[in-house]
Amino acid sequence: MKADDLVDLAARNLRESMLRSSLTTLGIGVGVASLVAMLSLGIGLQQLADRRLARSGLFDTIVVTSRRSLRGFGRADNRNGAPPAESRPLDEKARAEMARLPNVLEAVPDLHFIGEVRYEGKPHLAMVAGLPLSARDKDAFDNMQGRFFSSDAADEAILQIQFADELLGIHQKLGESSSKLSGQTQALIGKELTLRYAERVPSPAAPESKPVPAEEGGGTGDRSGALKDAPQPPVMAAFSVVPRERKLHIVAVTDQDPEGMRGASGARVFIPLQMVEKLHVMLPSGLRGSEPDFANVPAYLSLSVRVNSADRVESVQDAIRKMGFSTFSILDATRGLQRFFAVLDLFLGIFGSLALAVAALGIVNTLVMAILERRREIGIMKAIGASDGDVKKLFLAEAAVMGLVGGMLGVALGWAMGRLINAGANVYLHRQNLPSEELWAVPWWLVAGAIGFAIVISMISGLYPAARAARLDPVQALRYE
Amino acid sequence: MTEKSRRAGTIRTEAVCRHYQMGDAVIRAVDGISLEVGAGEFVALLGSSGSGKSSLLNLIAGLDRPTSGAVIVNGDNLAEMSSEELSRYRRHSVGIVFQAFNLVGAMTLLENVELPMRFAETERGQRLALAREALQRVGLGGRLMHRPGQLSGGEQQRAALARALANRPSLLLADEPTGNLDSHTGNEILDLLHECNERLGMTLLLVTHERALAERYAERLVFLADGKVVGEQANVPAFQRVAAGGSGKGTAGPQTQEGERR
Repeated sequence: MKADDLVDLAARNLRESMLRSSLTTLGIGVGVASLVAMLSLGIGLQQLADRRLARSGLFDTIVVTSRRSLRGFGRADNRNGAPPAESRPLDEKARAEMARLPNVLEAVPDLHFIGEVRYEGKPHLAMVAGLPLSARDKDAFDNMQGRFFSSDAADEAILQIQFADELLGIHQKLGESSSKLSGQTQALIGKELTLRYAERVPSPAAPESKPVPAEEGGGTGDRSGALKDAPQPPVMAAFSVVPRERKLHIVAVTDQDPEGMRGASGARVFIPLQMVEKLHVMLPSGLRGSEPDFANVPAYLSLSVRVNSADRVESVQDAIRKMGFSTFSILDATRGLQRFFAVLDLFLGIFGSLALAVAALGIVNTLVMAILERRREIGIMKAIGASDGDVKKLFLAEAAVMGLVGGMLGVALGWAMGRLINAGANVYLHRQNLPSEELWAVPWWLVAGAIGFAIVISMISGLYPAARAARLDPVQALRYE
Repeated sequence: MTEKSRRAGTIRTEAVCRHYQMGDAVIRAVDGISLEVGAGEFVALLGSSGSGKSSLLNLIAGLDRPTSGAVIVNGDNLAEMSSEELSRYRRHSVGIVFQAFNLVGAMTLLENVELPMRFAETERGQRLALAREALQRVGLGGRLMHRPGQLSGGEQQRAALARALANRPSLLLADEPTGNLDSHTGNEILDLLHECNERLGMTLLLVTHERALAERYAERLVFLADGKVVGEQANVPAFQRVAAGGSGKGTAGPQTQEGERR
C-alpha cells in the first residue's frame, strides 16, 4: 500500500473512534508538553547562565601575574620555570607582546589604588580602579545611569551606587536590601570630584636620602633578595612619593555591586584605564617591594588578557606561560558548569519523559483495544488482499499520526506552560527588585525533536499491537460474529 | 468454450487436507479432497454445515493453508507460497463474496470498493472511476456515499460483489452468498454472479447448502460430507433447460453421475 493511502486510512480509522483517539492523543500531548517544558527550562537556564557568564568576562579572561610576584597564582609553574627572581617583569613590553598573541582581544593591566575623593569639600576614601573602554559591554554597566567614558584618558569617573549614596549623605536603612538608582543619584552626574592620590616620581638620585614626604627603595630590595636568595639587581630603583590632585567629572552611576566585579577589587570609583597609567600612582606593591623596578620601568601587578572565545583560552594560556608568566583562568570552572547543565537537562528530560512513558502505555492500550474491536475489519482487509505488512503498517501509521498530532499539541501546550512559568518567575523577580529574565527557551531543534520523539515513541508503542494485528488469522477473524 | 481453457482461473486440489487440533481431538475439516475446476467453469460445492465446504473454499481463497496436499490455482501451488505471495494472490487473482457481506462498516460503499485497489496500489483517480463504475454495474450507482448499515442485505451483497470484482480477478469464490437474504434477493445476487461467469469468463466456485439454487445456475455440482467429496454431477442449469438445447454451455447430459463414495 502506498504511504499516502496508509496515512489516509490511518487518519480515517482514528476519526472513527474519535473520543478514544483524541484522549490518547491528548495523553501524548501532555507527555510531550511536560518534556518540552522541562527541557526548555533547562535550556533557558543554561542560556541565561552562559549569557551572564560570557558578559561577566569570567570565561574569556586570563589573569597574568609575574612569577616574581608573591601573589602569583600558579605555584606549579613556579616550580618548573625559571626561579622567580630571574623571570621577566610584567611590564609594558610584556603587555604589548601578549596583546599581539593570536586570538587575544586585549591585554589590560589591573590597576587600582586607594584614593581620597573630595566631593563638596568632604573627604571620602575609596578604592579607585581603571577601566578599559572595552568594559562598556560588560553586564556590570547594564543598568547604568549616565554614559560611559568619552575616551580612554578623559577626566571622568563612574561611581558605584553605594559610594554615590555616601557622597550624597544617604544612609542605608537596616533591612533594606540594596541602594536604588534614583533622581538623587541622577543629580550627581555632571558634578565635579577631586581625586587625591600619591604619585610615584622616579628620582635619579642615590637612594640614601630623600627630602620629599615619603621614601622607599633599598630596604625592600634587600628583603626580596634575602627571601628568594636571588642576585641583587645592579641598580636599585629610587623614587619619591608626591601627593597630587585631579579634578574629575562624574559621568555615570552604576548599581553594580562592587563585589560582583572581578579585577576591580571592590572598587567604588572607576576612571579610564589610560588615565590611571598616566597618574603613576604609588601602588601598595611598590611599597612591599615584591615588584622592584628596573630602570624605573613600571611593572604591573597583574594583567587581564581577554581572549576572543572561551575555547581558545587554553592555547593562549599556554603561550603566555611560555613567555614566563603565571596565568590563571577559571576554564575548569566552566567545564564543571557545563557538566552541571548537562546533568540538569538529563534529569529534567527524564522527569519530562515519565509523562510520555505513561502516554506510550496509553497508545499500546488504545491500539490493542482497536485490534479487538476491528478484528473483523482486519480479517476483511486480509481477505481482499492486504498483506501482513500492510496491516502492520496501517497500525503503525495510526500510532504515528497520534504521535504527530500529540507532539504538535504537546509543543504548543509546553510552550504555553513555559511562558506561564516564565511570567510567574518574572513576577517574583520583580518583587525582589531584580530585572526580569528570560528563563525559557524553546529552540527550533527542541520543537522538531519533541515532535519527532513523540512519533518515534508512539510507533515503538505501536509495534506490539501492529505485530499482533498482522498475525491475525483471517479465517478466525471472519468467523467471529 | 475456448476461453475456458486458459490457465488463468484453473483450480486443482491434490489430496488436500486441513486438520484442526481441538484439545486432544483432531478435526478433519478437509480430508483429502482432489478436485479439478477448469477455467471459466461454474461449480457448486454442496453439503450440510460442517461438511468442510467453507474450509475448502478458504484453502482455495488462500485465506488458510492446507495441513497437507496441494492447492494449485493458475498453475501455482498455494501451499508453497509465502504469506506475502499469498496476499498478492488474494489481491489480484481471487474475489470473495461472503455470507455476512463483510463490508467495512465505517466506510462508504465507494471506499469499500476502492479498498482492494488501494492494496493493489492503483492510481487514486483511476481507482475512483473504477469503483464508481463497478457499483453502477451492480445497480448501486446512486448510493456511492452510503454506509453499509444504511442499505438492505441485497444491496450490501451487491456492493460486496462489486468489491470482489475490483481488481479483476480470474477466480470468483462465493461462500453462501444468499444465506442472509430472502430467496428473491438471493436469486438477484446469483444472477449477477452468473453474469460474471458468463460475460467475464471468470471461474466461479459457489458454496451453498441449497441444492435447488445450485441446480439452477451451476454447470457442475460437487457434494461434500465430513471433509470428503461424496459425489459429483454435471448439471445443465435450469434456465438453459428452458431454452431447450440452445447455445447453452452445459454439454454434459443431465443426471450424469460421476460421484465416488469412499
